[in-house]
Amino acid sequence: MVKLVQTEEEAMLQDAGRALLEKSAPVSRLRELRDQGQTHDDALWQEMVAAGWAGILVPEAAGGADMGHAAAHVLAREMGRNLTVSPFLSTAVIAATVLRRCDDPRSQLALGEIASGARTYALALDEKAKFDPEHIELKAEKRGNGYVLNGEKRFVVGGSNASHVLVLARGEDGLCLFDLPADRGGLSRTSSEMIDSRDAAELVFENVELSGDEILGMAGSGGSLLQFGLEAGQAALAAETEGLAQAAFEMTTGYLKERKQFGVPIASFQALQHRAAHLWCEIELTASAILHAGRMLDSDPQNATLAVSLAKARATDTAQLAVREGVQMHGGIGMTDAYDMGFYMKRARVAAEWLGDYGYHADRVARLRGF
Amino acid sequence: MTTESGTEFADAPDFRKKIRVWLEENCPAEMRDGAGGEAEICWGGRNWTFACEGQKLWLERCATVGLTVPTWPKAYGGAGLSREQDKILKEEMAALNARSPLDSFGIWMLGPALLKFGTEEQKQKFLPPIARGEIRWCQGYSEPGAGSDLAGVQSRAEDKGDHWLVNGQKIWTSYADKADWIFALLRTDKDAPKHKGISFVLMDMKSDGITTRPIRLISGASPFCETFFDDVKVPKEQVVGEVNRGWDVAKYLLTHEREMISAGGQTMGAGRPLGAVLAESETGASDPVLRADAMRTEVDALAMELTLERYKDQAEGGQGVGDASAMLKYAGTELNKRRLELVMAAGGSDALVWGDGRAASWLRTKANSIEGGTSEVMLSIISRRILGLGA
Repeated sequence: MVKLVQTEEEAMLQDAGRALLEKSAPVSRLRELRDQGQTHDDALWQEMVAAGWAGILVPEAAGGADMGHAAAHVLAREMGRNLTVSPFLSTAVIAATVLRRCDDPRSQLALGEIASGARTYALALDEKAKFDPEHIELKAEKRGNGYVLNGEKRFVVGGSNASHVLVLARGEDGLCLFDLPADRGGLSRTSSEMIDSRDAAELVFENVELSGDEILGMAGSGGSLLQFGLEAGQAALAAETEGLAQAAFEMTTGYLKERKQFGVPIASFQALQHRAAHLWCEIELTASAILHAGRMLDSDPQNATLAVSLAKARATDTAQLAVREGVQMHGGIGMTDAYDMGFYMKRARVAAEWLGDYGYHADRVARLRGF
Repeated sequence: MTTESGTEFADAPDFRKKIRVWLEENCPAEMRDGAGGEAEICWGGRNWTFACEGQKLWLERCATVGLTVPTWPKAYGGAGLSREQDKILKEEMAALNARSPLDSFGIWMLGPALLKFGTEEQKQKFLPPIARGEIRWCQGYSEPGAGSDLAGVQSRAEDKGDHWLVNGQKIWTSYADKADWIFALLRTDKDAPKHKGISFVLMDMKSDGITTRPIRLISGASPFCETFFDDVKVPKEQVVGEVNRGWDVAKYLLTHEREMISAGGQTMGAGRPLGAVLAESETGASDPVLRADAMRTEVDALAMELTLERYKDQAEGGQGVGDASAMLKYAGTELNKRRLELVMAAGGSDALVWGDGRAASWLRTKANSIEGGTSEVMLSIISRRILGLGA
């Protein structure tokens, strides 16, 4: 059995990740992008590509580093700490995981382009305000050797910036997953201004024509094919969220030690000590779930669902607590835009919804545990 | 009866298969009903009356091959198993729904402390009887008025040249009325700083001057006692570790106790998801609030299980658990209380009947966050020693 401790390799990756992000993508960079109305940082993404991060789940034959999901979580965690904006999750984790299961020449090409930074992906899945991959209405009609897509997608994270889109649609044989360039005729994208200062788009498909080899896998198998990508994404998002919680927690305890009231550091108040200690316990428990999810995805991906949903549920809950306590223990300053805690709170809220919220994942855990 | 030696287990190339065959052949049918409540536990000791012939056989057979204390060295009655093998053993026992052959404070607490701090003579003398279930131990830590302030012990042992003379009182000594021996913290230097004048002492409960009295609890049971020492003479060689350095032993043992209490919270859950509890109840499964609470508790219980696993992996890699055991104790016991609340809610009025077992277990959990250091003390340990907050 694989141990639930960080390997030396993972520790090195963590150091490298932290160094790169602290230099090129600290929270102040997110603030800059926000102030400039930008939701994407291409220079940063190219730097990540050069560091091999885009290809972290791409096989070596296609030019990737193929380091596995636990390694991807190490990076996602560091991005969470810094609130780094990038297409890492959609592209390097979700799309790469789906594409490598297809094992055909065009997927190999796509994987190579992910690793080289030549393309990025967004996942067009949600059609309602809540994550529900079972209920897809976007229509895929067969026409000749190809398909025609009609319908709408929302909350497409990174949808305005990505060069490619993975789309889940309903065909006559069931769910189908398509891979198409985002500039295809008939596809229009409208960006929404999200609270976490990132891009999420609404996509409208109006008679979008696809060739026969733009479908991934078989007609009707789109749901099960995407499942692997979704679980990889959910676990990586959980890791990012845990990193976010950890950073918010460190900010908070740092503040408790430095801020004085009634002539003493507020860290000396037991009421605050115990709340901080409780939060630390929650983060510890969540860290175990994240580590476990990474190990399961790498060693037994067919049976990773319980581990992934456990990680996503726990991370969602823990991060919400961390930012709530963060703002509360900071007092008034925590409510100001000038202070960073608000950015953590907003990102935690978006991450809580994306790819399934606490209820969705706790329900999956419960079902798998015989509820 | 097969009498395979423990060494054969430890070195067996196909360990899982070997242990499975042995369990299948040796675990009596009556012992295959899972770990039941308090009443089903085999505690052993001089005056132990076995519940049935199967319980006796099961203890004897396991003790013969070292499986009552699987990871202890063979020389002291164990089987010398690695943690990995121990885990496989537990999995195979669970697969057979086998009861634990023996549970005791000797196994959980004193044993590990003796293995670390005891002299070779102490190990030879005390460990094998623990492994065989012959001597039942109790713990003399708490004192009236001290609560979680463990280093505040007043009971004292005076050096009388060829022996120690012990006087004082302990409280919350679990099963002291049934125990054969006690391990206790006693003050051996009243002038030294609080933590520096304490020794860790072993005493035979049959010694002249020791009396004990059970305390009846809200659960109706009396697992705890008050224990009085009145001019008790204790041989010099019954101090574990250095004189006046008993706090080191106590701290080590407390870490084990916290892990044990937090893991104890898990044993009720492991292999028995709350979903199964709800499914058996008349209305539990259809009550949306109860179901949501149970889901949340199940999520947290799984994360707790993984954390115990992670900490053990860390400890194996040389990073001790240390102060983080306070986290295991805090999170584990709070979780256990939530779990039993849900069991009661799922049971409805059926669970309120004395003798049902659920009510007694539920009442018992209320002590989880008090014994072994309260939840508040655990949070203070975390905030001060791990997070560096405050004084």
